[in-house]
Amino acid sequence: MDTARFTRISGFAFRIERFGRMRVPAVIYADRALLAEMDDKVLEQLTNVATLPGIVGAACAMPDAHWGYGFPIGGVAAFDPDAGGVISAGGVGFDISCGVRTLLTGLTEDEIEPAKARLASALFARIPAGVGSTGRVHLDAGEMTAMLRGGARWAVERGYGEEADLERIEERGTMKGAQPEHVSDRARARQRDEMGTLGSGNHYLEVQRVSRILAPDIAPLLGLHEREVVVSIHCGSRGLGHQVGTDYLRQMAIAAAEHGIELPDRELASAPIRSPVGEAYLGAMRAATNCALANRQIITHLTREVFGELFPGRHLRLLYDVSHNTCKVEEHVVGGRAMQLYVHRKGATRAFGPGHPDLPPSLAAVGQPVLIGGSMGTASYVLVGTAPGMALAFGSACHGAGRRMSRHAALHHWRGRELVDELRDRGIIVRSPSSRGVAEEAPGAYKDVGAVVDAAEGAGLARKVAKLEPLVCIKG
Amino acid sequence: MTEARWEHFPHGADVGVRGLGPSMDAAFEQAAAALTAVITDPTTVAPSEAVEIACSAPDDALLLADWLNALVYEMSTRKMLFGRFEVRIEGDHLSGKAFGERADASRHHPAAEIKGATYTALGVRREQGQWIAQCVVDV
Repeated sequence: MDTARFTRISGFAFRIERFGRMRVPAVIYADRALLAEMDDKVLEQLTNVATLPGIVGAACAMPDAHWGYGFPIGGVAAFDPDAGGVISAGGVGFDISCGVRTLLTGLTEDEIEPAKARLASALFARIPAGVGSTGRVHLDAGEMTAMLRGGARWAVERGYGEEADLERIEERGTMKGAQPEHVSDRARARQRDEMGTLGSGNHYLEVQRVSRILAPDIAPLLGLHEREVVVSIHCGSRGLGHQVGTDYLRQMAIAAAEHGIELPDRELASAPIRSPVGEAYLGAMRAATNCALANRQIITHLTREVFGELFPGRHLRLLYDVSHNTCKVEEHVVGGRAMQLYVHRKGATRAFGPGHPDLPPSLAAVGQPVLIGGSMGTASYVLVGTAPGMALAFGSACHGAGRRMSRHAALHHWRGRELVDELRDRGIIVRSPSSRGVAEEAPGAYKDVGAVVDAAEGAGLARKVAKLEPLVCIKG
Repeated sequence: MTEARWEHFPHGADVGVRGLGPSMDAAFEQAAAALTAVITDPTTVAPSEAVEIACSAPDDALLLADWLNALVYEMSTRKMLFGRFEVRIEGDHLSGKAFGERADASRHHPAAEIKGATYTALGVRREQGQWIAQCVVDV
């Protein structure tokens, strides 16, 4: 996009002042090259978000922002319920509470290397991935409701994981305020066979090596050591979350006019937080969040089973679990005043700084881990939230590399088989049920994740702790 | 007479599906074929079983999103893929049939599952005698 339209407010922050019906300015955190590369649609969507009732501060975009639906992916916006603030199904996304968790194996690269191919095959066989794959856990109506209320805690109580996992998950593993009664029968039907499945698209499970420690003072406190191996899991709330998104996007689009909300685009469908539709969506969205947390918890259990068979006696500890498609009620100080705000993060990670009351005691001094997934052949990063970042974008940071090329274009550039061979020659084993799916997710279709995290750190949103590089990738 | 066909159009992270045809019914049928093509080649799907779909919406654009989302739901819960479609729209009501078979990874090599039809670039319009029905789907 045309960078001349922006006012540079710091080394890594660019602002568009209010114009037209915008209630607040828009701010994009990026370096000049990332900003220039961004689609014009990011700015169009961000300035549209800035027109929504009750928005506070600024409509923000992270360095990995790209064209989404309604909100840009990489968008952050906070709304004040006392000022007519809204909640937006598009501002959370279809894949509610999609996120990343990282497990520490305590194993070294040298221990993994001889077993790498066997490990890849065993993980691919155990963890259902790809279109139409079905999980091993099937829930009856009562258990479905219990899962929607309990999230990861429900999973741990059923034997999938351990109590210690819970404090390393946002919301301690259970999103409060879930109202399963607002989740439709259709949403439940879509989840019947999908518990503990990875899904497809950009979802993955990766075995990664810690290739570089970037903050030696923090990394050991998170259990990260150079040349050790971690496992990262990226997936969300599966069919249930997708259907909740579909159901409420429609209801909000139809109800917006009744609420007097003038939508610049239908895709921004929103409802007042304090309205029947808004409250029902909140209850359903929180239930879908629990579905995502339970899903990642079950996949963690399956991963531990595989490692337990290949490396007897070794135990995988949960480093942290972040969700990057969310709306949460949080206290933020805006203009010197503490406010309870509904913070939407669409393709953005919460990044609370040290000392934040929501952090577990073991992370209070460090800040919240921020897990950034790269693309198949490139690096991922662990960052932590910073105290100054709390005042920038409501304690948020980026979530991944962000696409620079559409799936459509990627298919013209790459072939799945050749990519898998090329990555194998670089020591990365890819297992996927779909060759075309691999081509659509080609590393070259994504932005340079290094530049994205550098910009996040440069802007002060989060601090880099470690770089991770893939050894094995199970693609959905 | 305009020939009915489908195409994909690019979107930053997801995929745009577009159906074109001599009638609104035909454009909706083709948009559904474009939806399947996000997952697999629609011509590889045998039309051995028919699933009936009915939906109503306050306007044509929402009706298109509802039709595509109904197909996403049927694919997801029946583990099926659909290759051929019949649509009849009367007023604000659509009645349709989707013909397909159970998804078979070894034959269909499904590339991505569809989370839902979005309202991004959503529209149903008539241009130079041709109906166009389109939206972006989230994958």
